Amino acid sequence: MQDFGQAFALALQLIVSADPALSEIIFLSLSVSLSAVAIASVIGLGIGATVGIVRFPGRGALIVFLNALMGLPPVVVGLLVYMALSHAGPLGWLHLLYTPTAMIIAQTVLVTPIIASLSRQVIEDFHSEYREQFVSLGVPLKTAVAALVWDARYSLLTVALAGLGRAVAEVGAVIIVGGNIKHVTRVMTTAIALETSKGDLALALALGLILILIALSVNATVSLLRLSASSRAYV
Amino acid sequence: MLTARLRRAWVVLGLTLWLSFSGTGQAEERFIILQSTTSTQNSGLFDAILPRFQTKTGIEVRVVAVGTGQALKNARNGDGDVLLVHAKPEEEAFVAEGWGVKRYDVMSNDFVIIGPANDPADIAGLPRAGAALRKISQTQAAFVSRGDESGTHKKERALWKVAAVDPLETGATWYREAGAGMGATLNTAVGMRAYTLTDRGTWLSFRNKGDYTILVEGDSQLFNQYGAILVNPAKHPHVKAGLGQQFIDWLVGPEGQSLIAGYAIAGQPLFFPNAPGGE
Repeated sequence: MQDFGQAFALALQLIVSADPALSEIIFLSLSVSLSAVAIASVIGLGIGATVGIVRFPGRGALIVFLNALMGLPPVVVGLLVYMALSHAGPLGWLHLLYTPTAMIIAQTVLVTPIIASLSRQVIEDFHSEYREQFVSLGVPLKTAVAALVWDARYSLLTVALAGLGRAVAEVGAVIIVGGNIKHVTRVMTTAIALETSKGDLALALALGLILILIALSVNATVSLLRLSASSRAYV
Repeated sequence: MLTARLRRAWVVLGLTLWLSFSGTGQAEERFIILQSTTSTQNSGLFDAILPRFQTKTGIEVRVVAVGTGQALKNARNGDGDVLLVHAKPEEEAFVAEGWGVKRYDVMSNDFVIIGPANDPADIAGLPRAGAALRKISQTQAAFVSRGDESGTHKKERALWKVAAVDPLETGATWYREAGAGMGATLNTAVGMRAYTLTDRGTWLSFRNKGDYTILVEGDSQLFNQYGAILVNPAKHPHVKAGLGQQFIDWLVGPEGQSLIAGYAIAGQPLFFPNAPGGE
């Protein structure tokens, strides 16, 4: 297929020319998904730390439930958020449908279980390692949680990255609640879906390549951060 | 140190939320939501004419492109100010039930049946769409349906009725419902070497045609009328009736109608303006 070669050339051209329409879409994609991950991290980490450390009846069932929610289909989340934010829905008075905020809400719902579930595992592992020390030193729970989160920060960063990957790559939810409106709610994935439906496969693939490139650079940045921090720790 | 960091994280989070909320409130008064169809969006018409309207009036038209069925449903929920769709009976019902104020004829084009160059059902040049569909069903050649309650899907089902064939009842494997927008359905049809029904506008602007061509066209049954409706502010008080009506007036007025007439791909016009008041 000649589309492949064409797509690479087109992707390069779009990047080099700093296409303003493309920059707008990339900026919106990143700000929506990063906001969603930031909010989901706060909520998810809270749930994850609580479930990871505290023992309570029904904890096992809750963990299974959280793990299952990691597989929430984006299109179902989109539909639920649409029904909530629609003018005929319970939150219609907020006038949030077809805005970036609606997309942030949908992606937050998608990402929170991932962060809760994975951070629960990370913190639980650290906790089983530290528990005896905490007990023998009489460390209060609040300090213990803070110490665990701090010591696990790089693993938790990877958890946030997993969430970001999910958020930035999904199309099913944002296309329903955002509406793929040009200049307002058009992000990378909905733009790719639109160009595909116009039959412009080369442009669609070029946008896809750029999306992969963005994901790569975000992950590379985090890896570098981690590397430099760990090298500083061992001097 | 840790608590300071946490506090900073909260501040950043609060700022993010505030920014994202305030960003949506700014232009609140000067935009309308237009619930429209994938066929009009995929044809590129909106990109060609809406900037002119915005320059003139300062009103931004935010297009949500879904199937006609979903557009009508969204408008019933109050999630839009104006409709531009193509399923006249449903549009008239929408107005009759009080959801819309009035229906305006805006423009038309026509549907065509497209298929692969080797034309396994041998329908090329048939004057009647119904006869062509009957031949497709007799030869069991693959046919892809939108299957999404869109205007095109409704038209396709009406044509099967004309052909006196019920493709769903036969349990046929040659009849395949894509459940997707116009462009996505064209991709599917080309990928499966199947026939499909499409509006001419989307077909002309479609870029992944392969060896596909228009095989059946010109039957009066294939006429495709687009209508505009203002969502009734009596049902949904938040509808921006003034701005919405201004857009409809422009669309059916001389400027909108001549811009629609002037939108062409490779010298071929995609839509024919036919508002009674327009030129």
